[in-house]
Amino acid sequence: MSRAEVVESVRPVSPLWTFGLLRSELTTTFRRWRTLALLAVLAAVPVLVGIAVKMETSDGSSPGGGGPAFISQITNNGLFLVFTALAATLPFFLPMAIGVVAGDAIAGEANAGTLRYLLVAPAGRSRLLLTKYATVVIFCLAATLVVAVSALTVGALLFPLGDLTTISGTQISFAEGLGRALLIALAVAASLIGVAALGLFVSTLTGSGIAAMATTVGLLITVQILDQIPQLHALQPYFFSHYWLSFADLMREPVYWDDLTKNLGLQALYAVVFGSAAWARFTTKDITA
Amino acid sequence: MGELSAAEPEHSEVRAEAGEPVIATRALTKRYRGGQLAVDGLDLTVPAGSVFGFLGPNGSGKTTTIRMLMGLIEPTAGTARVLGQPMPRATRAVLPHVGALIEGPALYGFLSGRDNLIRYDSADPAADPRTRKARVAAALDRVGLTAAAGKKAKAYSLGMKQRLGLAAALLQPRRLLVLDEPTNGLDPQGMREIRTLIRELASDGTTVFLSSHLLDEIEQVCTHAAVMTQGRLITQGPVAELSAGARGRLVVTTPDPAEAARVLKEQGVGDVVVTDDRVTGEPPESDLADVNTALVTAGVRVRGFTVERASLEDAFVALTGEGFDVAG
Repeated sequence: MSRAEVVESVRPVSPLWTFGLLRSELTTTFRRWRTLALLAVLAAVPVLVGIAVKMETSDGSSPGGGGPAFISQITNNGLFLVFTALAATLPFFLPMAIGVVAGDAIAGEANAGTLRYLLVAPAGRSRLLLTKYATVVIFCLAATLVVAVSALTVGALLFPLGDLTTISGTQISFAEGLGRALLIALAVAASLIGVAALGLFVSTLTGSGIAAMATTVGLLITVQILDQIPQLHALQPYFFSHYWLSFADLMREPVYWDDLTKNLGLQALYAVVFGSAAWARFTTKDITA
Repeated sequence: MGELSAAEPEHSEVRAEAGEPVIATRALTKRYRGGQLAVDGLDLTVPAGSVFGFLGPNGSGKTTTIRMLMGLIEPTAGTARVLGQPMPRATRAVLPHVGALIEGPALYGFLSGRDNLIRYDSADPAADPRTRKARVAAALDRVGLTAAAGKKAKAYSLGMKQRLGLAAALLQPRRLLVLDEPTNGLDPQGMREIRTLIRELASDGTTVFLSSHLLDEIEQVCTHAAVMTQGRLITQGPVAELSAGARGRLVVTTPDPAEAARVLKEQGVGDVVVTDDRVTGEPPESDLADVNTALVTAGVRVRGFTVERASLEDAFVALTGEGFDVAG
C-alpha cells in the first residue's frame, strides 16, 4: 500500500454536500411540468372562489349559507378569501398535490431508472430519503403559500381590505390579520406533514410512480370518508385529517390552542412512524429497477 | 490528480494494493424472493488495469452481479469486494471512485443533457461543486455531446442518451468503470469512438469492467474475459487464453473438393466438411506442411490452405454448447 496511491485516491467530502443534494432535489422537483401544473391548479382555486363570491354578491346581497369557513365574510374583507381558500383546498386539493409529489419521490425515480444512478453516485440511501422528505415538506409550504398569496391578491383586487373581526367577535388591525393569515398558512402546511410521510412510505414500496401517487391519493380519500362515519369515533383522533380544520382556531381571540397542538402532535407522530417505516424499507430494499 | 489534501480515514482505505484485484467475489450468490437463483456461487476476479469483458446470454445473471457489485442488491450469500472494500457496506467510500453505466442510461427527460449531469454530480458527496461546471463540460466534450448539451434529454436519440450516460460515468477521474452494454444503440462510427475511448481510459490506468453481448467487441478491446450462463461462471482469464482453448479449423480451398476431403481424412483430419469449393476440418497433430504435400501429391489443385483462428465466439459455443443469443 504505497502512500502515493492512498493520497491520490482521497477526495474530501464537503460538510455542506447534503445541502447541495437538497438544492438539486428542489430544482429538479420544481422544474417538473407536473409540479408546476399542480401549483397552477392550487393558484386557480382562490381565483374561482373569489370570482364566484363577487358574482353572487354583485346585486348587494350577502353570499348564501354553506360553503367553506369564512366565505360569508369575504365581501367585507378580502383577507378572508385567504382563510376561505385554505379551508376549501385543505380537505382535498392540497393533500392531493402533496400525495402526488411524495408518491412520486422515490417510485418515480425508480420508474425512470434514475434512482440507481443516484445511488451509485453515491447519494446514500438515508440521505437521499431525508432529502426527498425535506423536499416534500418544502413543497407543502410552497403549495400552501401559493394558495394564500393567490387568495390575498384576488381578495385585494375584488374586495375591500381593512380591520377584521375575529370569530370571537373582537376587532384586530389589518396588519395583525395579515400575521394571522401567515400563521394559518404555516398551520395548514404543517397539517400536510403526515400525508407527506405516508406518501413517501408508499413511494418506497413500489417501482411505479403512478401506482404510488394513486395509492396515496386513495388513502387520503378513504381516511376522509372514514372520518365522517360516527361509529369510528374511537379511531378518528388518529386519522391524519381529523384536526385539519383546527387552523380556524387561530382566528379566535385569544387563540384556542388545544386542537392546534393536537394536530401538530398527530402530524409529528405520522412523520416519525411512516418516516421510520420508509427508512427501514428503503435502506434494505434491492434496487432492481 | 492534483487533489493533495489531507487524507480522510474513510477514503484512505480505498486503495489498490499491489496486485490486489479491483473486483473480487467469493461464492457470491443471489436468490430472489421467488426462489429463483440468479447468481450461483460466483468467484470472479478482475485484475487491476485490465479491460475485463463480462459475457453471457440474457438472463445469465450478469446484471444481478453488477448490481450486487454496486451495492444496489444485497447478496443472499458470499462476499463481494470492490477496490479492496466489502460491498455493499463500503458504498460511501468505494463508489466515488467508480463510474457506472448499468442497464442503459436513465435520464431526466425534462432536463437538458448538461443539467442531467449536474444533477448526478450533485448526488456524489466527493464531487467538488466549485469544479462542477468544468467537469460537466469536459465529460460532455469527451463523449462528443457539447453541441447538444442544452437540448432536453427527452429529445435525444438512443445513441445520444447512451453517450450522456457514459459522460455521467466520466464526471470524475475513476479507478473503475463498470459499463453494461456501452455501445447499445450506437451506429458503427459511435461504437468505434466508444471503443477508442475505452482504450484511452484503460491506458490511463482505469480498470474497465465491460459487459456486452457483442463478442467481437469484447475481443477487440478486452484483455480479460469471463463467461456466465445460468448464474454460474463457466470460465475467466486472459482473452488470448480463452480463445486458444477452442482450436482453429483447417480450411482448404480447391476445385477438387471430393478428392481433397479423401486425402485430408487419410491425413488424420477430423470432422471434414465440404461446402462448394471449401473443405474444412479439425487440424491433425502432424505438421500441416505434410498435409499440404499429401494434397498436392495426390493431384489436388490447392487454391488456399489456411488455419482459421478460433474466435471468442467459438470458445463460447464450445463452453456453453449453445449459440450466444439463446437466453439461459
